[in-house]
Amino acid sequence: MSLGKTEVEYISRLAAIEVNESEVDEVAAKLSNILDLFSQMEAADTDNVSPMAHPLDQVQRLRADVITETDNHEKLQSVAPAVENGLYLVPQVIE
Amino acid sequence: MHNLTIKQMSEKLHAGEITSVQLTQHYLNRISQFDADLNAYVTVTPELAIEMAKAADEKLAAGEGELLTGIPVAHKDIFCTDGVKTSCSSKMLDNFIAPYDAHVVTQLKKVGMPILGKTNMDEFAMGSSSESSYYGPTKNPWDLNAVPGGSSGGAAAVIAAGLAPMATGTDTGGSIRQPASFCGITGIKPTYGSVSRFGIVAYASSFDQAGPMTRSAEDSAWMLNAMAGFDERDSTSADRPTPDYAAELENSLKGLKIGVPAEYFGEGLDTEVEKLVRNAIAEVEKLGAETVEVHLPNKDLAVPSYYVLAPAEASSNLSRFDGVRFGYRCENPKDLQDLYRRSRSEGFGPEVKRRIMVGAYALSAGFYDAYYLKAQKLRRMVRDDFTKAFESCDVIMGPVAPSPAFNIGEKSDDQVSMYLSDLYTIPVNLAGLPGLSVPAGFANNRPVGLHIVGPYFSEAKLLNIGHQFQQVTDWHKQMPEQYQ
Repeated sequence: MSLGKTEVEYISRLAAIEVNESEVDEVAAKLSNILDLFSQMEAADTDNVSPMAHPLDQVQRLRADVITETDNHEKLQSVAPAVENGLYLVPQVIE
Repeated sequence: MHNLTIKQMSEKLHAGEITSVQLTQHYLNRISQFDADLNAYVTVTPELAIEMAKAADEKLAAGEGELLTGIPVAHKDIFCTDGVKTSCSSKMLDNFIAPYDAHVVTQLKKVGMPILGKTNMDEFAMGSSSESSYYGPTKNPWDLNAVPGGSSGGAAAVIAAGLAPMATGTDTGGSIRQPASFCGITGIKPTYGSVSRFGIVAYASSFDQAGPMTRSAEDSAWMLNAMAGFDERDSTSADRPTPDYAAELENSLKGLKIGVPAEYFGEGLDTEVEKLVRNAIAEVEKLGAETVEVHLPNKDLAVPSYYVLAPAEASSNLSRFDGVRFGYRCENPKDLQDLYRRSRSEGFGPEVKRRIMVGAYALSAGFYDAYYLKAQKLRRMVRDDFTKAFESCDVIMGPVAPSPAFNIGEKSDDQVSMYLSDLYTIPVNLAGLPGLSVPAGFANNRPVGLHIVGPYFSEAKLLNIGHQFQQVTDWHKQMPEQYQ
């Protein structure tokens, strides 16, 4: 399967990763190689096979709905790029 | 001191013949002497190490020491370590000082194992050569032109060169076993769920599993005892009693049935590697085991299936790196979308970006059934192959990798060929089974490992086989001359 510029732009949007004009061809070629590898799966007959999400077919464990975490926000926010009054700062969203 | 087994070190520490401070300082000295060439550490933490060693000495003096108390350890830079940079070898986390400890780090701190530093790896554990690190490639102590394998390449190199007696690793598609094979050390990937994933920077959560990387199987057993156990903070942690992984070390191998998969010795396997692996199996037979032929007919479907599923999980897991809460943020973002996109494009390296994009594509509308769902079905077929094989054998043996360590730069431009080199390790991750790599000789002066795979939760048996094999071979005791 060969990807073109349109597909690369679509994937770039899905992944929130910018692909520069100068990189498009290389990215398209490398992703296409990987998709070629995926095409090997087509031949396998999986009609009567159910998908497997967990190696031990375990289901998600549930816990009681009670607070167990302590308030750590100062320490956790100490690694943030920009914080003010306990809030994360980002570029203005609403005019 | 760096040639002692863990048990010998422990005896000397408990007898007061050496102190943890002396032992830790010895390793710190070796790191200063040798790591400039190897680039196996991203961060060395001498002050923390000595402070922890002093505490360990007090614990030992008070008679409260456990087997591993006072023995230093190096953590792969994927384990969050409170107050220490945890970079995952990415520019994205180059400024990230972890605000908490991973469960494994907590466990080993409790025992009193001083932390020497954090080891280099493929960026976000995505790779098989440790070349994709933001901090440059780690080199193989056996040959500085060769890769150490990956993604836990730094961990394997520090054990091989004696720059740490024990190291933690993680294995998503072979990242403990393949570098163990390439560097001539012992490494085990336990059954999925045995060791908590809490605080391990996530790559592909349904595969990620941490394990020990050491010189010998015996050392790995002691270390796994300290690492494993149920943790409620990991939603897929196996809720069962933690076994004593060292309990079976001395058991006889008489009557052991070794499954040898015909498919693992076919086309693409280096002839020298094949010879060494077959010799190693013959060595285990001499200890009373017998071989039976088994079949894993869907082995060729494992690599494509894994490279759909793992990137799909990665694309979701790595969405947390958005330049807002932690990690790299681009300069002067013009709006929020620009902040997300540029922070990610500038912060991630090329292979990480590729896997995120491939994963996002595989999960996207119109392709989900053809890629993701199909791959999940193949995952079950690969697992069922193992279940069937284990009806006629106790363990399966074969190669870890199709070749010894390749040269730095040899495969870094050809992703698919790099992916295919994980064909023997990936099926084990798809199935969630435990797998051990033990040194089995040298091909072209580069180490080669024997791969031993067992049924779920058979780690103690695998380590028993590895230990018995290491009683009659000395590959695991060999060290590159310049580091002896």
